[in-house]
Amino acid sequence: MVIRTDAGLYVPEADLYIDPLRPVHRAVVTHGHADHARRGSEHYLAAASGVGILRKRLGDEARIEAIAFGERRRLGGATLSLHPAGHILGSAQVRIEVGGEVWLVTGDYKRTPDASAEPFESLRCHTLISECTFGLPVYRWPEPDGVFREIERWWVENAAEGRTTLLCGYSLGKAQRLLAGLLPFMEGGGAPGTILVHGAVDELLPAYRAEGIAFPPTERVSVETAREHRGAALVVAPPSAAGTAWVRKLGPVSVGFASGWMRIRGRRRRRSGDRGFVLSDHVDWDGLMATIDESGAERVGLTHGQTGTAMRYLTEERGLDTFAIATREGDA
Amino acid sequence: MRRFTRLFMELDRTTRTNEKLAALRRYFAEAPAADAAWALAVLTGRRIRRAVPGARLREWVADRSGYPLWLVEECYDTVGDLAETLALLLPDPETDAEPPALHTIMDEWLAPLPGADDSGKRRVVERAWGCMDESERLVFHKLLTGGFRVGVGRKLVTRALAQEVGMEPAILAHRLTGRWAPTPETYRRLISPDAELRDAGRPYPFFLAHPLSEGPEALDGGPKAWMVEWKWDGIRAQLIHRDGERLLWSRGEEVITPAFPEIGEAAGALPSGTVLDGELLAWESTAPLRFAELQRRLGRKRPSPKIRREVPARFLAYDLLEAEGEDLRGLPQEARRRRLEALFEDLEVRPPDDGPIPVTWAVGLPLGLSPLVEAARWDALAELRTSARELGVEGFMLKHREAEYGVGRPRGAWWKWKVEPLTLDVVLLYAQKGHGRRASLYTDYTFGVWDGEELVPIGKAYSGLTDREIRRVDKWIRRNITERFGPVRAVEPELVFELAFDQIRPSSRHKSGLALRFPRMVRQRTDKPVDEADTLESARRLLAERP
Repeated sequence: MVIRTDAGLYVPEADLYIDPLRPVHRAVVTHGHADHARRGSEHYLAAASGVGILRKRLGDEARIEAIAFGERRRLGGATLSLHPAGHILGSAQVRIEVGGEVWLVTGDYKRTPDASAEPFESLRCHTLISECTFGLPVYRWPEPDGVFREIERWWVENAAEGRTTLLCGYSLGKAQRLLAGLLPFMEGGGAPGTILVHGAVDELLPAYRAEGIAFPPTERVSVETAREHRGAALVVAPPSAAGTAWVRKLGPVSVGFASGWMRIRGRRRRRSGDRGFVLSDHVDWDGLMATIDESGAERVGLTHGQTGTAMRYLTEERGLDTFAIATREGDA
Repeated sequence: MRRFTRLFMELDRTTRTNEKLAALRRYFAEAPAADAAWALAVLTGRRIRRAVPGARLREWVADRSGYPLWLVEECYDTVGDLAETLALLLPDPETDAEPPALHTIMDEWLAPLPGADDSGKRRVVERAWGCMDESERLVFHKLLTGGFRVGVGRKLVTRALAQEVGMEPAILAHRLTGRWAPTPETYRRLISPDAELRDAGRPYPFFLAHPLSEGPEALDGGPKAWMVEWKWDGIRAQLIHRDGERLLWSRGEEVITPAFPEIGEAAGALPSGTVLDGELLAWESTAPLRFAELQRRLGRKRPSPKIRREVPARFLAYDLLEAEGEDLRGLPQEARRRRLEALFEDLEVRPPDDGPIPVTWAVGLPLGLSPLVEAARWDALAELRTSARELGVEGFMLKHREAEYGVGRPRGAWWKWKVEPLTLDVVLLYAQKGHGRRASLYTDYTFGVWDGEELVPIGKAYSGLTDREIRRVDKWIRRNITERFGPVRAVEPELVFELAFDQIRPSSRHKSGLALRFPRMVRQRTDKPVDEADTLESARRLLAERP
């Protein structure tokens, strides 16, 4: 029903690939991150709310067919439907049913709240293929609300010391989650300054707004806006911008990273920023176990991360039948 | 505990010195004396005896969290820090109970732990888990396993407290020298402004010399301005007799009287109110034994008659810091020397022996007067220096006749002119297993020097130690691993080694910006605290002083 091929996961009954690694005839794409959405396939199938983002990645000429979450689509001998994965806006889990046998491919997902994405939906299946980027029990996420309070306090402290606050997170997904999560703080009037966004982040905001996601007012970073708001602004930028000359225009900065990896002190220190905030768009260990339990699956395939460790645990401690899907470096 | 944990997290998350300073000041301003005393002790490097082995803790955490032991081990491999791994794995506490104060944890929970049986130890640990959140547990595990390190050095902590209470950092540093009990009373005395803090057992901060890598020709004033002594290859020490206290202090600010009881007894022959600065040596008939022999006696609580016979200890005095209870450190070097010689004349002495370096000994006592080296010209001294190795010494000490016994290591007052001119005292940072015969032992070491508050790697070495020393260091390494990167193990930065090398050159490949040529270990400096290892600046100075 779902088999592993060199081009990625393939569903023969529907002649369809899930997040294919190279151009194919028909692809279902779980979300717009570069390691999942690749150019060149003839037909794309994706969740309606994610199409705007996908267009930015796949180009205007790509043939993308949108389907609503939960809508069942008959493709050859299989029935396919997409369900919210909670990873980023429009990110989908793929449910495939053939003759009463159900497979579920989660794609990247998280179970913690995110104002910029649809909440994860728990589904039952016979075989589950789940991501496991953070497949060790040391990875347990704190409540995001608390993390946002920390970020807000840090910003206020920085502004008091005349330092610009530079908050780094992936430009697609994490950055929008940060902006949407800061909305109550901005509306509450407690913010010490303006939010500026890096161009890579700014470009993606219209696709979110078109789906009804609310952000606080932002300005794009330029020499002028950076000068105007120096020392008081919070700047949201991709991590790749942090080590470059681009930062200089912001004046003295305090640099923070928002990522699941920040859970580990050694990682925080090696990142050489000033602060690390534990905010991940992937599922943590407890979430992974909950997903497996709730799915009722007897067979569990894992992809991304330390799959071997989680597989051994599931086999020895939970008596499940497990298998690994060739992993690539996952983003976090 | 909550306040101390907040301090830990604040220190941990910033790399800015002024933020660390502010966090420390805030802590000392707010914390009650009983807690501040312990915080000060722990942050200035005091270690508590490890009562629970890491392996036991891992088992208890596996039990408590419900994860199999192998999974706990895998998490440890990934995280690299045991205290943190365990804190991350434990389930959240069931109650909102607050942990007790830091001093309660230290005095009442942890202090009795070494005497408790396994189940008693576990009860204390479980009780701590029951009332602590994740970061408090992390700090608790660090205290429990004795591996406390949070990116602040002794100097910074001293500076912060001194600023907060408005006293001279140098005075506070002196008061923090040596042993003091982390009690509220002691803490209040430590920070009390009315200085005269009489503690009969307290040594003076050791005055230190700079290495001289070229000849002494460039020194101010010519040979007449300088007093020359032999540089012995022993342990620098202060011998104190005051108010009934007879104590021998090593350079590492440890009392080593129990390991050398004959020296402690001999101190009783000195008038009360005497402090000598000198060298502790293993000595046989008329010459010193190798340093490694002396090391066999270190760390013994009660040396057996056999080892006392095999390795007889002697104390060779070269400076007098206090006489008749009066602090002489402000006197010129030459005047102190005269007082020292007068002190020995008052003891009964026998004429100098006929060893390679003739020493004047007090009759019936293991106390001697380190002789001066007479040389009218520098080239005569240079000539003599070539025979230093056969004489069993490391070279010369050059002390300016006008020099006070100062604090720290200012330039210009004291110089050490060693046979092996290029050496640095470096800190062991990483270890890796060797090859062939030594494949099962950690024998390949990476060393670092201080760059501000940080240790930066400066070189690697894997030769110079005896097999016996290697085994001892290997054992220590296994107990003090903090992180793993492939085959490389990071260890607690605690061991200091003297590293000799043929050349030092600028290098863009190394983080330190320096490369050492043919580095080898001369010996372990058990007498030297980590804080006093060499700095990147002193290493660069060697570079500057080379042709």
